[in-house]
Amino acid sequence: MGDTIEKVSIIISKGSLEGIYPGLIMANGARAEGIEANLFFTFFGLDAIHTKRLEHIKVAAVGNPGMHMASLIGVLPGMSAIATHMMEKKMEAFDIPGIPEFMELIGDTGCGMYGCKASVDLFGFHEDDFIEQVQGIITVGEFYEIATGGEIIFT
Amino acid sequence: MPVDTIAGTPVDVNEEGFLTDPSQWNDDIAVELARREGIDPMTERHWEVVRFMRAEYEAKGTGPTVRVLGKTSGVSVKELYLLFPKGPAKLAAKIAGIPKPRGCI
Repeated sequence: MGDTIEKVSIIISKGSLEGIYPGLIMANGARAEGIEANLFFTFFGLDAIHTKRLEHIKVAAVGNPGMHMASLIGVLPGMSAIATHMMEKKMEAFDIPGIPEFMELIGDTGCGMYGCKASVDLFGFHEDDFIEQVQGIITVGEFYEIATGGEIIFT
Repeated sequence: MPVDTIAGTPVDVNEEGFLTDPSQWNDDIAVELARREGIDPMTERHWEVVRFMRAEYEAKGTGPTVRVLGKTSGVSVKELYLLFPKGPAKLAAKIAGIPKPRGCI
């Protein structure tokens, strides 16, 4: 093993904004460093590649201590939308792309993108429910084959 | 600070091999730095990106990230990765003799 990272495979398992962005930023950043990168979307993480859902990714307003707000307030109707709106405005100010643009950018960097077959079956999705950057819906075994020789990061 | 002799010219570099004084840079240094990174020859498209990086650095004090480069240089992100497979912003900055861009996105 050398002293540099040559390859990473990042698993995104959560469907909230704060659950999706870190993995996307790490994958994009890996490619910017010339590191081979793959993204594997599983469970609620599939929302990030679902054509009808990726534009509606929200911040979790409940059960999220990082929000510094009582969960009791978070349950009020629209709180998640408000929190998401505030976060999106802040990200826009720092020129962080929205999820649809980010997915297109990451695809263009040559990062691999895959969906988890078990989750797709579980949620009753189909291969054509996903954005064109997705190269395939694959099994866990196939994921490990693709990830061979690199680091695996679970988020 | 380490000194590296590139294309016959002694220049100051950091531990990653980036020039620390962009004014010591010239076209021959760019060609030699590119060759060391496996880019040979430097095509006109490579030069376009490298010159754009330098112009941005001179105007703003920092080189653009890949995303910004894709939006503003006239070379798409896809093509940038074809030209500089080991990281477009990082490699183009190195070849352009400017510091490595520090943006995360």
